[in-house]
Order: sequence, then C-alpha cells, then structure tokens
Amino acid sequence: MNATAAVLDSRTDIPSALDVAGLALARDLRLAFRKRDEIVQPLAFFAVVTTLFPLAITPELSRLRESAPGVLWVAALLAALLALEHLFREDARDGTLEQYALCGRSLTLLLYAKTAAHWLLTGLPLALLAPFAGMALGAPAHALAGIVITLAIGTFALSLIGAISAALTLGTRRGGMLLSLLTLPLAVPILIFGAQATELAMRAQSFAAPLELLAAFAVLGVTLAPLAAAAAVRISLE
Amino acid sequence: MSWTWFHRFGSPPHVYRLARTLTPWFAWPAALLMLAGLYGGLVLAPPDYQQGEGFRMIYVHVPTAYLSIMIYTTMGVAAAVGLIWRMKVAHAVAASCAPIGASFTVAALATGSLFGRPMWGTYWEWDPRLTSELLLLFLYLGYMGLRSAFDDVQRADRASALLAVVGLVDVPIVHYSVTWWNSLHQAPSLLRFGRPTIYTASMLVPLLIMILGFTLYFVAILLMRLRGEVLRRERAASWVREALAS
Repeated sequence: MNATAAVLDSRTDIPSALDVAGLALARDLRLAFRKRDEIVQPLAFFAVVTTLFPLAITPELSRLRESAPGVLWVAALLAALLALEHLFREDARDGTLEQYALCGRSLTLLLYAKTAAHWLLTGLPLALLAPFAGMALGAPAHALAGIVITLAIGTFALSLIGAISAALTLGTRRGGMLLSLLTLPLAVPILIFGAQATELAMRAQSFAAPLELLAAFAVLGVTLAPLAAAAAVRISLE
Repeated sequence: MSWTWFHRFGSPPHVYRLARTLTPWFAWPAALLMLAGLYGGLVLAPPDYQQGEGFRMIYVHVPTAYLSIMIYTTMGVAAAVGLIWRMKVAHAVAASCAPIGASFTVAALATGSLFGRPMWGTYWEWDPRLTSELLLLFLYLGYMGLRSAFDDVQRADRASALLAVVGLVDVPIVHYSVTWWNSLHQAPSLLRFGRPTIYTASMLVPLLIMILGFTLYFVAILLMRLRGEVLRRERAASWVREALAS
C-alpha cells in the first residue's frame, strides 16, 4: 500500500492524496444536490419531532422552555442518526467504496472527505434550522447564536463518530436499528455537553466550558474516527 | 526468548484442552471463596452505623459492578489482540466475554437498584454510576447485536473487535461525562485515596474475598464458554471428533 502511494506521489500527472479527497468531497456534494431528498428529509424529520413535543407535553411556552434544550438535542441526534444510514450504504452498493480502498490513496483521508460532505449536507443545515425550532419552543432571541454554534460542533462530532458505526454495519442485514444501538451510547458525551451548553445559552450565561468540551470531542473525532472508519470499511470489503 | 508458549495459544485444540484442564482449578476456589465471603459478609460483619443491615448488598453489588467493567476491558484487549495478530482464539475469547459481561452488568444494575431503595428511597435514581452502568449494558448489547448481524464468523469477529476497541476508548469518556453531568452517588467505598469508608477489617475482608471469588468465577465461566465457542468454530475439524470421543 505504501509502495503504491510512493509510486503515485512520484508522478505529477496524477492527483495528490489531498486533491483526491477534494474530488470525493465535491462528488458527494454534487450527487446530493442532484437528489435533494436526502438533504430535505432529515430536516423535515427534525421539524416533525420538535413539533411532537409541544403536542405531547404542553403548548405553554414557559413550560416548554425548560425542556427545549433537551428536545432540540434529542431531535437533532435522531435526525442525524437517520441520515447516517446513507453515509456509506449507496457507495458500498455500487462499488465506489471498493474503488476508494483500491485507488492507492489514503482511505482515511477519503472517508474524512465523505464525512465532511455528510456534515455539510445534514449537520450544518440542521444547526441553521434549529433556531427556528428553538424559538417555537420558547428559546429567547439571545440564545439563538449559541444554539447554532453548539449544534454545528455537536453534529460534526456526531458525523465523525457515526461514520465508524455506519462503516461497521455495512454488509449487515438489518442496518438501521443496529446503527442506532451502536452510535447512541458512543454519542452520550455529545448529548450531555451539547444540551448543557444550549441550556446555559438560554439562561444568558457563559456556555464556554461545555462548548469547549464539545469541541474537544470533535477534535478527538477528527483525529481518531476516520482511522477507525477506514479500518471498518476494509473489514466490510474483505 | 522463545515465543512458542505464545504461539500455542493460537492453536484451538491446545486452547480447548487447556481450558478443560483449568476450569475446575478456577471453579472450586471460586465456590469456596464465595461461600466464605458470603458468610463473612452476611453473618460476621457488623451492621453499618449509617446504612444498617442494608449495606450488606455491597458484597454482591461491588463485585458485579467491578466485573462488568473488568470484563469489558478483557474483551477489548482480547479483541485488539485478535485484530492485530489475526488470532482466532483471541476473537473466541472476546466473543465469549460479551454475554458474561452483559449478565454481570444486569446483576450490578439490579443490585444497585435494590440498594437504592433503602438508601435513596427509590429503585432508580439517575445517578452517574448507575447511568454509566446502563450505558455499558447498551455497549455490550451493541457488540452482541453487531456479532449476530453477520453470517460469516470471520467478518463478525473483525467488525465486532473494532467496535470493542472503539468502546474501550469511549468507556472512560462516557463515564466521566456522566459523572460531571450529575453527582448524587456516595463516593466510591473501596477505590479511594486515604481511608476507605469501610472502616473495620471484618467488613472489608469479606468484600475482598467476594471480589476475588467472583473474579475466579468469571474465569471459570469464560473457560467453559470458550470451549463451546472453540468447538462451534472448529466443528468441521478432525480433532474435534477425537476430543469429543475421548
């Protein structure tokens, strides 16, 4: 594998590892914009779930406000989880992942590009939609920026961690349920600190401490998760 | 240094025979220690000055809780060995650990909740250590679910091994996140710097005996499950027929 990479590096007419990752990112974005359902559906799911809570608990904003951070985060977690199923599945089915693994360039970097594209397509729109859901749940206006920042970082960490379990469940028969069972326990720290940061933001207090912990998880995910996901993809191709 | 002793662990017939020989050497001491520990804990130890007779639950609760984490670590290390050196027997050990660990986790949760009734007044309190124990149970269930989702044993081995290693990194993170999230639980009674909460030797010694007894019991059960696992994997091999005939 390393010998192949060395040979590839010595040639100037072939794209470098970073270029290949950029191409993979651009490809995923282009594919998603041609098939917009995959972007819209997690957002619609998020909106539906946040609508269910007032119906189930109470329409009074003062009481909804107390549970708003938890509702936002649980709904975002479920929506992101739903989107994770599509992270690798289509590419595994049509052989793209196999080509990625065989192309001689770092599979880790390519999966990193795929995960980043996934976050740009699901996590980021979710974070941008969340303030509207937050307002509907009684979040004050000064908290909205905090909601966007915490959800953006939190969904990024979740995409990275979820990539591992999405890769592990490739080639299993009943993927969806298992994917949730594998991902949710690993995602507990994200939920805890994300919801805590959002709650502090709603009380107009400094939410720097939980936000930094959340960012620390994202950094840990950046450094380790694509490695593990690449190993999992290789196992699924064996 | 010769590595033959290590390589012999890669041989299923050798491991099968070794497990069969060793099982009684762990099972009998485990039974004796657990009986001694129970007698010491339930009869000899004085009631706690604060918690009364109810504190005796720790003689089962602490060993099961300790084992639930110890077994997950064993499983993760065995899985890593299997991934790195492609050792089939190590995967068999990891696969045999999971149901035992899950059972001890359920036992720790059940005794913890029974312990909670007299101490906190409810069967369930969202206290950090009970919660992380519950999350540990979900990790075990995820591991077993992933194993059973594959038809091919080798792919199940390698995928679940990777999950176990990821879990090994994640368990401490989850544990400390949950601890920061909420702290109601009494401070750990044994692993604490300075003086333990359990003051007298007549309270502490039975607990240590119980922990040792439970650990040996785990090893005995693991060896028995390992034999079954090795037989199931090697059912087509000729040595299996010979071993079962003798």
